[in-house]
Parts: sequence; structure tokens; C-alpha cells
Amino acid sequence: MLETTLSILIVIGALFTFIGSLGLARMPDFYTRLHGPTKATTLGVGSLLIASMIHFSTQGEGVSFHEVLVTLFLFITAPVSAHLLSKAALHLRVRSIAPPPAQIEQADSEADRGRE
Amino acid sequence: MLSTALAIAFGLVTAALALTLWRLLRGPDKPDRILALDTLYVNSIALLVLLGIHLDSALYFEAAILIAMMGFVGTVALCKYLLRGDIIE
Amino acid sequence: MKHWLLPHPILTPILALIWVLLVNSLSPGAILMGVVLGWAIPLFTLRFWPDEVRVRKPLTLIRFLVVLLYDILIANLAVAWLILRGPRHVHPAFVVVPLELTTDIGISFLANTISLTPGTVSSWLSPDRRSLVVQGLDVKDPHALVETIKRRYEAPLLEVFESC
Repeated sequence: MLETTLSILIVIGALFTFIGSLGLARMPDFYTRLHGPTKATTLGVGSLLIASMIHFSTQGEGVSFHEVLVTLFLFITAPVSAHLLSKAALHLRVRSIAPPPAQIEQADSEADRGRE
Repeated sequence: MLSTALAIAFGLVTAALALTLWRLLRGPDKPDRILALDTLYVNSIALLVLLGIHLDSALYFEAAILIAMMGFVGTVALCKYLLRGDIIE
Repeated sequence: MKHWLLPHPILTPILALIWVLLVNSLSPGAILMGVVLGWAIPLFTLRFWPDEVRVRKPLTLIRFLVVLLYDILIANLAVAWLILRGPRHVHPAFVVVPLELTTDIGISFLANTISLTPGTVSSWLSPDRRSLVVQGLDVKDPHALVETIKRRYEAPLLEVFESC
């Protein structure tokens, strides 16, 4: 029973990790590529970490819960790095399928002028 | 059963790493490459966790935690560099 | 009023918890060390915490986090399905969400929430902090998306961090 749960969690986790990278590889532009790694991969690794937590907690050497730390850390940092990456891409005017709102370019060029 | 699941998982995560590497090499823009690097470190955390379960050793976690922290700092630094042309202002 | 006994009432338990998780043991020594660190670190970094964070309705926050967890699961399934179906089926779009939140913590909470939930990534905050640009992976109706974000995520956050 335990082994079955563990196996299912591991396979699901690996599957989501794979789907995240698949999204990175096959989506058409940068902004759509951003979605795979930030969501699917994070959940995949989270699932693997839960599996590992169960595995080490049932080894008879006390409860193991520091995996929670990595999971929490990933869930907090993934949106932050996604936001920064997408901000950087908007700043560099990376090619996009959907047109970015006009106010970004305006504010960006104003900020550039302000720094000179 | 667990070993079969682990074998499948190793295959999937390795395939994910290969896809990410392909995106890292291909680009085409700088943010694409940074995103690929970011994904690469999350994937390597997944691989380390799997190795930890496979080899029954909790030691791999220390490495996973370190990669999680350093990877995030690296991504932020690279984005800052793209945004401002400088890391420490 | 900031006090040297308990400089940052929210950070202290979080730091203590992180220490206990890092050491991976529940021994009294580890807990004591965590509490000491949780007390000392905010004390020495006090000047980096300009605004006091106030959580006004902890129950609403907890309910919000439960909704968020559920939405993260759904979001992941939706995004995974979109990725598997292939690039021809996505309709990416940028939408502008006008913000009512004004505090740093409120806005960052909302931005992180948006990035973790259905096919959307927050990409840009306007310099006057009045609007947040959100990139959606599969947007059929931009107005409905803005409505959902405002009703489902911004309203509870407004209650938690900014109601007086």
C-alpha cells in the first residue's frame, strides 16, 4: 500500500517535471514558454519531495520533514523568478505573439530617460 | 514496484533535462536561456531527490537545498543584469 | 511600536520553524536555537523592515491559502493539458489588472498568487503601482480574467492586509 502510494507520487512528479520541460521546448514564444517551468515543474518537484518525505519517514529513523523546506522554497521563488524574467523580457522587447500593452513601453522609455 | 517507478521517473527527468538543454543551446533570446537555466536547476533537484530515494541516503538533500537557493539567486542576478545592465548598483 | 523583546512577531516563528526544518529534528536544543535565531535575526536586521506587517483577519488568510492550494492543483492540470495539446491551441494575451491594493506585502502576495494560478504570470508592475500587467497562456475573454483575479484573489487580500 505504502509502496504503491510512493510509486504513484514518484511517477506523477516525474511526469509533471517532464511536461514542464516539454512546454519549455515546444511553445512558440518566450511568454508562453514561461508557463511550463513555473507551474508544472514546480508541482512535479513538489510531488517528488512529498514522496521522498514519506519514504524517509517510514525508514524507522524518525520523521523526516526538511523536504518541506525545499518545497516551500521552490513555491515561493518560482513566481518571483518568473516575474523578473518576464519583466526583463518586456524590457528587452523580446518577440511576442500577443502584443504587450502600450503603457509598458511608455513607462520603460521614461525610466531610461530618467537614468541618463 | 518502487524500482520500476524509479526507473520510469529517472527516464522522464532525464528527458526533461535533455529538452531543457536543447532550449538552453537554441535560445533564441537571452531571457529564454536564463529560463532554461532556471528550469535546469529545478530539474536537477528532481534528479537528486530521486537519487536520494534510490540510494536510500538523505545526504542528497543538503545538495538539493543548496541548489535551490543558489539557483534562485543566480536567476535573480541574471535578470537584474538584463534589466539594469549591472548587478550591484 | 517596535520592541527589542519581540522585534518582529511574524518573522520570529517563521525563522524558528525554518531552523527546525533545516536541522530536521524536534529536539529541545534545535527548537531553542530556532527561537534564539528567530529573536536575534529580526533584532539585528530591524532597519531593513520599514513597514510593519499587520495581518488583520488570519481566518480569511487561511481560507485564502486553502483556495490557493486548490487553484494551484487545477492550474497545473490545465497548463499540463495545454502543453500536451500543443502550441497551436494556445491564445496568449496580456491583460492589465487595475490594483486596489497599496501595500508592498499585499501587492507581492497578489503577484505571486497570479503567477501560481491558471495559466497566468504577473509580468510588470507600473511605476505608480496602480496596475499589474498579467500574461495569460490561454485567454478567451480578457475581461472575465480580470474579473476573476479581482474577485477571487484581490478581494480577500484587501480584507487581510488593508481593511481598517
